[in-house]
This record gives sequence, structure tokens and C-alpha cells, in this order.
Amino acid sequence: MARAAVPGPGSARLRPARDEIAMRVLLVVLGLWLVATVALPLWSLLSKSFQDFNGNFVGLANYARYVSTPSLLASFWNSLSIALVTTAIVIPLAFVYAYALTRSCMRWKGLFQALALIPILAPSLLAAIALIYLFGNQGFLKSLLFGNSIYGPLGIVIAQVFYCFPHALMILVTALAMADARLYEAASALGASRTRTFLTVTLPGAKYGVISASFVVFTLVVTDFGIAKVIGGRFNVLATDVYKQVVGQQNFEMGAVVGMMLLLPAVLAFVADRIVQRRQVAVLSARAVPLEPRPSPLRDWILLVYCTTIAALLLTILGVAAWGSLIKFWPYNLTLTLANYEFDKFDASGWSAYFNSLELAAWTAICGTAVVFLGAYLIEKSRGFGAGRAIVQLLAMLPLAVPGLVLGLAYIFFFNARWNPLGFVYATMAILVINTVAHFYTVSHLTAVTALKQLDAEFESVGASLKVPFWTTLWRVTIPVCSPAILDIFVYLFVNAMTTVSAVIFLYSTNSKLASITVVNMDEAGFTAAAAAMAMTIVATSAVVKLVHLALNTLLARTTHAWRRRTR
Amino acid sequence: MISTDPGASAFLRIEGLTKRFGSFTALDRVDLEIRPREFVCFLGPSGCGKTTLLRAIAGLDAQSEGRIWQAGRDISSLPPAERDFGIVFQSYALFPNLTVRDNVGYGLRSRGQGRAAIDARVAELLDLVGLPDSGRKYPSQLSGGQQQRVALARALATSPGLLLLDEPLSALDARVRARLRHEVKGLQRRLGITTIMVTHDQEEALTMADRIVVMNHGSIEQVGTPRDIYMRPATPFVADFVGTMNFLAGKVDAPGRVMLDGRAIACDTGTIAVGHEVQVCLRPEDVRVRGVVPGDANVLEVEITDMEFLGAFCRAGLAVAPGGGQRLSGDFSSNLIHDLGLAPGQRLSVALPADRLVVYTRG
Repeated sequence: MARAAVPGPGSARLRPARDEIAMRVLLVVLGLWLVATVALPLWSLLSKSFQDFNGNFVGLANYARYVSTPSLLASFWNSLSIALVTTAIVIPLAFVYAYALTRSCMRWKGLFQALALIPILAPSLLAAIALIYLFGNQGFLKSLLFGNSIYGPLGIVIAQVFYCFPHALMILVTALAMADARLYEAASALGASRTRTFLTVTLPGAKYGVISASFVVFTLVVTDFGIAKVIGGRFNVLATDVYKQVVGQQNFEMGAVVGMMLLLPAVLAFVADRIVQRRQVAVLSARAVPLEPRPSPLRDWILLVYCTTIAALLLTILGVAAWGSLIKFWPYNLTLTLANYEFDKFDASGWSAYFNSLELAAWTAICGTAVVFLGAYLIEKSRGFGAGRAIVQLLAMLPLAVPGLVLGLAYIFFFNARWNPLGFVYATMAILVINTVAHFYTVSHLTAVTALKQLDAEFESVGASLKVPFWTTLWRVTIPVCSPAILDIFVYLFVNAMTTVSAVIFLYSTNSKLASITVVNMDEAGFTAAAAAMAMTIVATSAVVKLVHLALNTLLARTTHAWRRRTR
Repeated sequence: MISTDPGASAFLRIEGLTKRFGSFTALDRVDLEIRPREFVCFLGPSGCGKTTLLRAIAGLDAQSEGRIWQAGRDISSLPPAERDFGIVFQSYALFPNLTVRDNVGYGLRSRGQGRAAIDARVAELLDLVGLPDSGRKYPSQLSGGQQQRVALARALATSPGLLLLDEPLSALDARVRARLRHEVKGLQRRLGITTIMVTHDQEEALTMADRIVVMNHGSIEQVGTPRDIYMRPATPFVADFVGTMNFLAGKVDAPGRVMLDGRAIACDTGTIAVGHEVQVCLRPEDVRVRGVVPGDANVLEVEITDMEFLGAFCRAGLAVAPGGGQRLSGDFSSNLIHDLGLAPGQRLSVALPADRLVVYTRG
């Protein structure tokens, strides 16, 4: 047997084990999947925006036409201003609420936190429907508007504030929950006033949370479709323009251009947030002492009143929608009835849309959780293959910057293209599932990565030294230890699949119409009560799923209590 | 070419092992042989490359260059799963959701053994590490020392030919650590398993190892028995890193003689040429006081500048007089201090025993 001499520089490499080959193959498959379901569709959209009706390359002609059409350009500025105004309102509101939840000794914190998350359970347009009941042409509080119309920027902003509040709140609570008590002790030892302490310790500590929440809200508003559709009236925004161009006028090229314009602010916000977050250094050192808020009766009372007011407003919006869905004929006949829930009287798809939504949510949650978790595992735990892992990681982050409407539009162009062998999924439930998984990929991925990073990095090394294949360690250790995060991902995907409108509105067919889309259609057709009823059905389903989640978490905590206790 | 295994006599043979991280060289052409059944410690400050070397032996991080033979087999390019070793990490990396029994039996299950055989082996191992009744517990219910023993049992379960220990005791309290040193060493001796332990704790290395490999800046400074390393440190780095050492500047005056602050000191100057600047090294405990007469060979007149109480003895700061330029420290027992009434400010004569002096070239 010939044996090579001592190898030259850089030539010694470990022969990859069977495990690693398997992991690399899977990683490549995942990468290809993300390319096919995110990158290529976006590429189709981009190229479409440079083509004319017949598919010839026309350079920037479509963009030139966009810029020279005042009505289209106006939507761009409308979207930006609505987003800025909403952000400016939501962030301070949510900040004080988050402050009350984390830094005060106010009572019923858990209840207030739960109530604040209600809007997440509903499609965004639920708030718009409720506002129409309150302030619309037939609204009983219409006089409060002093002649202003709820249909337009006013309605959009109020509904957006409702819809975005919990998203901002969650980020701010996380940011404010981490605090080092020693900083506050130092401030008080140095004789700083409360105001000064707030300005020099609290606010800087939460700075990155505030910035991150601002970008999230801004992007949510720019990209949301349902609210502007329902309550926008003649006030056009980018999201409704895309819909009108594509669904109304069948002008796909201009739709693609508007889609790109919609992508622009979202991508800019995404990139800006990344840059800012990179500057963030760990605020909390390992030796930090967690801050325990001390009672301060006056402050706690003021905050309690504040939180009660906000929670009451959120509940009112939900309550009005619920009430509206149970009333015979607003505002003339206020008798209670369940007639609005007989959906087949208002929309051809009837209750089947609801069951389609359940089916979509179930498939999205099952397939999505499996793909996302396995993908995050492969990126985090495989060794070597650095370039491949970095590329897949980048692909996994991409969907966060892509608005649902843009992704949905991109899917039309990509899966409908004559050359595409994947075209057979078009107009099926499968494409809705694929699209929804891609749409909500990044947040799920980050949840999985965070959970995996908390595991001891040497589990896999131990497995290898004991000659146990990686899937055994994955199955026996990694998955059980990460089960709370896996459950979180499952519920996140399920609820979002139930409530989403934006991406799927371009992709459903008569056989796969969804509940959230029926809400839009029934509202469009003037069946506001039925729309409210369908929206409430979605809320109820999401709420049940959340409650089951809570129960499962408690059960999980109890059964795994023995080993989940923190070591020493 | 006929295969001639250069590592036939050694159990593990490392040849020209180099590891680079970008432009940083973590290991620089390391050569090492480890004999069967030997307990070897890699000792050095953090960043010296000791853990990198261990991980290269395990195949967890590939070396940039060089080869490794284990039991006559070239394992240089084998992935960890195809090598033959058990490993205990500093964090133990016990699987938190599995009981102690399942942790220890983890590597046995996939080898197609029957349940009864596995149970018996697990029980045997738990007996071996002194935890016969903890099989049903979860790792979080054990103390740090017990977790460490479970990790050891798990690593030994598959009867590997080589045991790798990566700072296994450093996360433990001082008292537990001292006890476990003996247990681990005793276990290793009983099983006769070739063992490599990485540590930055010289006391651990001195008490446990058959041989110590002292490393610095990615290179091996010295390989030797604990006694060798302590008594005959090969380089000033080893002298300084292991134990406490006095460094006195001098110049070789003649073969076997060094001039030190105008005093001639007899010592083994080895091959160092006359006229060379040198460092003369001496352990504080080798500074002799009793029975020293001024004018004797290798005697220095010193003044006690300070005395640091360290329990069983005091470490005295000594200024060499006259001149007062150089300082050294000497460890004086409580008895000695009492008998001679030693106190700061006092002048006395101390002897530097020629056979305890180690000389290195300077600069």
C-alpha cells in the first residue's frame, strides 16, 4: 500500500463522514427549495417589470410610465406617510404599555399582556370592519368625526394602530425586560432624578428595541393590504394599487412595477434594521443583576389606568366586530341572529372557505415546522461546508424583507410561466401551502436558531465520538429539548396561515378559496356583517389554537419538569 | 513504497501537526508520541493550542497539515465517528432530557446489543464511577462533580482505546476538584486506558500525569515527567509557568561559574559559552538559610524586605545586598522563622544550592 508523504500546506482535510455527506445533501436540497420558492419567483417579478405585454425586454419603460402617472406615484407617497404616522403613534403607545408590563408593580400584568395580543389572532381587516360599524356611513359614533370621513387615511391609520400594536409591544417588552439593576442603583446613588434616570438609563437600554419595533411597524403598514382595501375608500396606497393593476386591470407588467415599489421600502427598512442591530453590543453582561421593579403607588395606578384604557379600546374593536356579526341589519334592526354565519348565502364558497383555511393552516404548520426546524438544524449543527451554510442562511433571511403581496405576485409570474416544470401546483392547495411557508419562513427560522443556539455545542461531537448517527441525536436529544420552540413555530405558522390575506389573494382558486379572502370578498360585495362573522370565526379558531398551545406548554413543562430545572 | 508505520512503538504518534485559523497559527509543526496506557497532560496558558491539539486528535477540527497515527492506523483524515476515542468536555455536554442511565448507555444502543447487555454494562459503569444509585436521575438533579462522573462513564461505555479529557475538572469547586483528581487517575490506572487531558492547572497536571506536555504559542516547550518538568524545566517559559521561580541575571565567568552581582556562583552552565548573559533560576523553597556561613560557596548576603504569610510558610522578599539591584523570594517555614527570629529589615546569608540552579541564556 502506498502512503503519501506528509501532505503540503492546506492539503489535510477530514474525509467527510457519511453523516456529514447526508447533512450536506439535505442542506443543498433545502437551499434549492428556498431558491425555488423565494429567490426565483422574485427574479421572475423583477424581470417582468422590465418586459412589455408580449414579454419583450423594454428596459425602464414601465418604470417611466409609473413615475409619469400621477395617480400611481401618489400611492407611493400615501403609503409612506400612512406608515410614518402609524409608527409615530404606535411606538409611544406600545412603549408605555410595555413599560407598565415590565417595569412597574401594576396588577394583572399577565392579563394585560394577553389582552394586548388579541389583534394578532385576527386578520388585519377586522379592525377596519369594526371601524366601519362605529364611524362608517351608518356608524352610530359618526358624529364624533365632525364631518370627517372614516373612509381614507383616518380609518387606515386607526385600524393600522390596532393591528400593529401587539407586534410593536412584543419587541418592546423583550427590550425592556432585560435590564441591569446595578445601573439603576448607580444612578440613584449618584442622585439622578427619575426623569434623568429614565433618559440616561432606561431609554438608551431600550434603544435598539425601539428602532427594531419602528421598522417592523413601518414595514407592516406599507405592506398590509386588507385594511386599505376595506376602509381606504378612494385613498390609494401601494398595496391596493398592486391588487387593482393585477386583479382589476390584468396589467401584470405595471403590477410588477408597483410590486417592486412595494418591495423597496420593505427592503430598505430591513437593511437599515440589520445595520443598526449589528452595532448593538450585549447590553447585559453575564454578571448583570436582573431588575426587580419596586412598588410606586402613584406610578402603578397611572399605568393601570393607561393599560386599562388601551386594553378596553382593543376589546371594543373586537367586541364591535363580534356584535356586528350577530346583528340582523345594522343599524335598523339590532336583533341578535346567527344568520350572518350562514356563509353560503353571501359567498359561493360558503363554509368550505373556512375548512380550506383550516387545511391550509394545518399543512403550513406541519410542513413548515418540519422544514424550518430541520433547516435551522442543518445550518447550525453541520460542520464544514461554510459557504453552503452561509448561502442557505441568507436565503432563509430573505422572506422577512418581502411583503406578502409581492411574494404572491411573484408566484403568479414564476409558477404560471410556460417553461416552469413546477407549474402543475398552480391554483392548488399546494401552492398556497408553499407560499405561506415561504412568507413566514424567517421569523420561524429565527425562533428555531435561537433555540438551537442554546444547546451545548458539543452534543454532536459526543454523538460522533460514540459513533451514533446524527439523526439519532437529533431525534433523541435535539428535538425533545427544543420542543417548546417547535410548538411556538407550529402555532405561529398556523395562526398566520389562518389570518393572512396578502400573498394568497393572488393564488387561490375557486376550490381553494380561504376564509380570510372571503372576508375581503364579502365586504367588497357589501355583506359587512357576514364579513365580520367570517373574521370572528377566524379569531375564534386562532384563539382556540392559542389556548391549546398554552395548555400544551403547561403540560410539557410539567412532564419535563424533572430535567428542565436549571442546573445549579 | 512499502508501508512502514513510524508510530509502531507508540500508541499515538503525531507528526508535523499544524493548524492555522486564517493568519493565526494555533499549532506549529507539533511532533509527539504517546505510549500505551499512559496518562498525558497538555498544560499551558489559554490560547497555547492545547485544546486545538486535542480536537485535532479527536477529528473534531481538522489540522491544516501533519499526520496522526493511532494504534498503528493513520487516522489523519478520518472523521470523528471513524476514530476510536471517548471524550469528556468541560461542559460535560450531558443530554439534559435523558436519564443518567440513558446518557451512559447512549453509545451502546446503536451497536445492536441486547437490552440486558446494555443494562448490565451501564450498571457496571455507574459502579465504576461511584454512582450506582443515580441511574434514574436526570443530569440537572446531580451536582457538578456527579455530572462529571456521568460524562466519564458515558465516554468509557464503548471501551474506546483513547480517552480525551478537555479541562474536565475546571468547572468544579476546589475541594471537589481535588477529590476527583484522585478518582480519575485511579480509574485510568485500573482500566489502563491511554488518556490525554487538557488543563491549564499546573497542580492538576503535576498530580495526575505520567508525562506532561507543556505548550506555549502553538509549540511544545517540554515533554517530561512531572518531576522533570518541575526540577529541570527546559525553557524559561516552563520554569516560570510551572511553580514559582526566581530569575537572577548574571554572566558566565568560566565553565560552571556565573558572576551574579559581583559574587561567583557555581552551577551547571552546560554548553553556554563564557561571557554569555544568563538567567540563573531557583525555586523559592530551595533558598537555604540554616547552617549557612558567610564566605561559603554560593552564598548571598540579602535583606528581608517583606514577608507574605501563606499559612504553612512565609514567602520572604529578599534584596541582594550589596547593590540591592536584584531581588528573589524564599519560602521559609514557620519553624525557621521562629528559630532565627526572621523579620523584615533583617540581613542574613542565604545559600543557592548548586544542584538546584538552572541556567538559561538571556536575550
